[in-house]
Amino acid sequence: MLAYIVRRLLYAVPILIGVNLLTFLLFFVVNTPDDMARMQLGMKRVSEEAITNWKQERGYDKPVIYNAEAEGVERFTETIFFQHSVRLFVFDFGRSDSGRDIGHDIAERMWPSLAIALPTFVIGILVNITFALLMVFFRATYVDLWGVVLCVILMSISGLFYIIGGQYLVGKVLHLVPISGYDDGINAIKFVILPVLIGVISGIGSGTRWYRTIFLEESGKDYVRTARAKGLSELQVLFRHVLRNALIPILTGAVVVLPLLFMGSLIMESFFGIPGLGSYTIDAINGQDFAIVRAMVFLGSVLYILGLLLTDISYTLVDPRIRLQ
Amino acid sequence: MAGPSWHYVRPIERLKATSIIVIAKLRKLRGVLPIAWLLALSACSEVVLNNPYPREEWRANVLYSSFAERPKHLDPARSYSSNEYAFIGQIYEPPLQYHYLKRPYELIPLTASRMPRAEFYDAHDRPLAPDADPERIAYTLYTIEIRPGIRYQPHPAFARDAQGRLLYHRLTPEELAHIDSLADFAETGTRELVAADYVHQIKRLAHPALHSPILGLMSEYIVGLGELARRLREAPRGEFLDLTRYPLEGARVLDRYRYQIKVRGRYPQLLYWLAMPFFAPMPPEVERFYAQPGMQERNLSLDWYPVGTGAYMLTENNPNRRMVLVRNPNYRGMPYPAEGEPGDAERGLLADAGKTMPFIDKVVYNLEKETIPYWNKFLQGYYDTSGISSESFDQAVQIGSQGEITLTPEMRDKGIRLLTTVATSIFYLGFNMKDPVVGGLSERARKLRQALSIAIDFEEFISIFANGRGIAAQGPIPPGIFGHRDDFNPYVYEQRDGQRRRKSLDEARRLLAEAGYANGMDQRTGKPLTLYLDITASGPDDKARLNWYRKQFQKLNIQLVIRNTLYNRFQEKMINGTAQIFIWGWNADYPDPENFLFLLYGPNGKADHRGENAANYANPEFDRLFEQMKNMDNGPERQAIIDRMVDIVRRDAPWVWGFHPKRFGLYHAWYMNAKPNLMAHNTLQYRRIDPGLRFEQRQQWNRPVWWPLGLFLGLLVLGTLPAIYTYWRKEHRPPARQEGV
Repeated sequence: MLAYIVRRLLYAVPILIGVNLLTFLLFFVVNTPDDMARMQLGMKRVSEEAITNWKQERGYDKPVIYNAEAEGVERFTETIFFQHSVRLFVFDFGRSDSGRDIGHDIAERMWPSLAIALPTFVIGILVNITFALLMVFFRATYVDLWGVVLCVILMSISGLFYIIGGQYLVGKVLHLVPISGYDDGINAIKFVILPVLIGVISGIGSGTRWYRTIFLEESGKDYVRTARAKGLSELQVLFRHVLRNALIPILTGAVVVLPLLFMGSLIMESFFGIPGLGSYTIDAINGQDFAIVRAMVFLGSVLYILGLLLTDISYTLVDPRIRLQ
Repeated sequence: MAGPSWHYVRPIERLKATSIIVIAKLRKLRGVLPIAWLLALSACSEVVLNNPYPREEWRANVLYSSFAERPKHLDPARSYSSNEYAFIGQIYEPPLQYHYLKRPYELIPLTASRMPRAEFYDAHDRPLAPDADPERIAYTLYTIEIRPGIRYQPHPAFARDAQGRLLYHRLTPEELAHIDSLADFAETGTRELVAADYVHQIKRLAHPALHSPILGLMSEYIVGLGELARRLREAPRGEFLDLTRYPLEGARVLDRYRYQIKVRGRYPQLLYWLAMPFFAPMPPEVERFYAQPGMQERNLSLDWYPVGTGAYMLTENNPNRRMVLVRNPNYRGMPYPAEGEPGDAERGLLADAGKTMPFIDKVVYNLEKETIPYWNKFLQGYYDTSGISSESFDQAVQIGSQGEITLTPEMRDKGIRLLTTVATSIFYLGFNMKDPVVGGLSERARKLRQALSIAIDFEEFISIFANGRGIAAQGPIPPGIFGHRDDFNPYVYEQRDGQRRRKSLDEARRLLAEAGYANGMDQRTGKPLTLYLDITASGPDDKARLNWYRKQFQKLNIQLVIRNTLYNRFQEKMINGTAQIFIWGWNADYPDPENFLFLLYGPNGKADHRGENAANYANPEFDRLFEQMKNMDNGPERQAIIDRMVDIVRRDAPWVWGFHPKRFGLYHAWYMNAKPNLMAHNTLQYRRIDPGLRFEQRQQWNRPVWWPLGLFLGLLVLGTLPAIYTYWRKEHRPPARQEGV
């Protein structure tokens, strides 16, 4: 398995270079270094000299991807692309174009994102699986029918509605939790309850339906009939046998998103005033801060690759027949 | 098969039995229950569950505000936007300030002991009289004397050991390893403010790494500043640039408390600049402290942690969450003004006259990106003031039959007050004067612009898109600025039935025909006239706005093509002078007409000179008058010149004058001394709150409501019961008998 993991990690290198190149090209198609300088220096009374100085200081005065005036390998290394990309591969994100240390900011902002995303993810999975199993248990009854109807309704409602509605009902009308805000440590709980609740409820519709489909497919298999024939109760059949055998498709969807959880949720964090990573990339795009954009896209790619790798590894844990070679 | 006996007890009987046991147990507790209930109630009487702030702050003298976007710069040499001034205006103290209450805006000393007086000299260094011919004035000297005894906030950069050596100016990597924020430094220190700190800051405007936005402008006036900037650019890179080693002719220290600024010619607007943070003091040792290796990597910089002598100091700067200003313990205290403008006493604005400021101990700015949560928290009492967004407009105010704006009963019941003020800003629709169709000073182009100025109904725009929050502009100068007159633009409006009314569309059509575009057709080509609006628009609101613009042009049968581009491309078009019609705005730096009229001054054209004259308007007569007016003192003579200038631009119509926005502010009953001041930056110290009243109101407004939760749980249980019954039946139904078996 170790050889497999090493091989997969090596495959990741060209993927990351490709992603980085693509991000770079897309960013510089839309923005020029002059635009970036103007955005950072402000729009009032900015001189051409200040723009030139700003570009020089940050190395944006070099050619974008190919330096025709340089010699040998420097034709590629004395470029904005090389100078701003190579350090990423040792996870040195450098400084943002506004002067902040990106690694420091990411380390600081990932915790509030995790404080929301992790409980939402865990509770969401548990709730969805439980509801899905109950619907399978009560299949062909009114519970199943109305459960599916409810799921479709929940799926049809916009995520923004859950947030605004939740804030209005729980925070404004019932006065049970703060409408928005954040605090450290144990004090974070009162701020986290509502976003987590909303995150879980808004995911119930799609999650439950997805798991219900998996469990229904599984519950028609021979081993389930055998279990029932042995005299096991329906609950035992579902929770002990069906659930266990349905873990592979569940893991496919769940483990891959696990590392991405700390990237946060843009809308949720924005409405609840959570100081997480959710808006970090969007703010950087709006502020034309290329240093942050490339760092966050790079990090997102690394985490996605890591998620896929973890998914593969988790298969071997739930299904002993699977061997990674 | 034998089983436990309860299998045969009917569920209803089991429920009955359980209920009897519970009731019996409760009866035993009946003496204790009311007491427990009362205890719980008393414990809960102070408990408000939705209070987002720590319990120890509930009754504290803390003001709560918010920010939607993190400030980019807090370095006074770089900072140049209102959201940044909201913070550094409370920390840094330039020598002058604006009077908090008086209108029109009046400059008064802040750290200066008196207002600096201009001394004029000719080219042979001979002093000139104050009313000397400006042509003869070679340079002006401003001597600024600061008050002794002003001290900086506590800061590690000032900390000294027993021998008097600075403690944290030779930090090793090992020492820095334990430092994450300024609070991690065990010692702090302070020192007295001296004149050299002001001179140091003026030199910082020329620092090549700071890119001060006013370097270009100030180099034109402060003697030697441009030369200093050139020398500093040639200094070796990567090393700390010690500005104390670089003399500057235009700013020099006279003694411990006096310094002198030397400007070329006559430049009275310098006094306004002296009230801005660009001219606040900067201790050289603070700059050296932050320049140490390893500080930047910890995000410890002057751009992030300001150091000043003002009423407040920034103790927490987490722009992803909150920024906290705390009362500066070394602040000398200033008396609240004893006089204002007429009506201030009646409004209670002089109740604190003579009391020592600041009144508030701590100000917490929370990150609130969305307006809806902010508004709801304001209504719950968790923010002390609020603006009015379009989403909350109808809930906050109502417009009467005469157009008067009042608070809704809901707001009045909460004791909320509404204060409005016309901003010293202008939003306008500009014509690129370099454009062959709409630009130029020919009669044809002028009449086309005048016709469009009549057709584009900005009163309607204000009503539809700004909820009536604005007044139609009659020229470039907003109300509240010297030179503004309460008259109307005779090229767009006329007096009818004793009222000012926009001229009729027939008049606009007549002008259009005279311009050679009768009925929207170009008489020379026979083709319909098509004009282009260059804009950056993306949101759903923008679509309605753009449709509105199309309709305005359509009134004259002119087709308007919207050229919607990315912000960068738009900027490029403006810089290259290739846009045709555009929307632009300006917010006053200082309350002087020069700060608005320079937006139309020819040598300030954007395309040719990279200036702020976005329309590239150039009228020799206007330019001549501008040069004459710009350095004059306010008075009838200056007013007469301004009147002529305004008349010229009204006639030439390089802008459709647009509107001056009106700012609406809502204030809770516990918030005192609220008076909008659009020029002053250090307004926080004047504000006072009544924390006791706020606490009571919050408690009253935010009692938890539990019953809907109980109802929901009850319904959930009721809804689940049939499912449980179904399950019970499924598990216990006898195996079905098959026919014939």
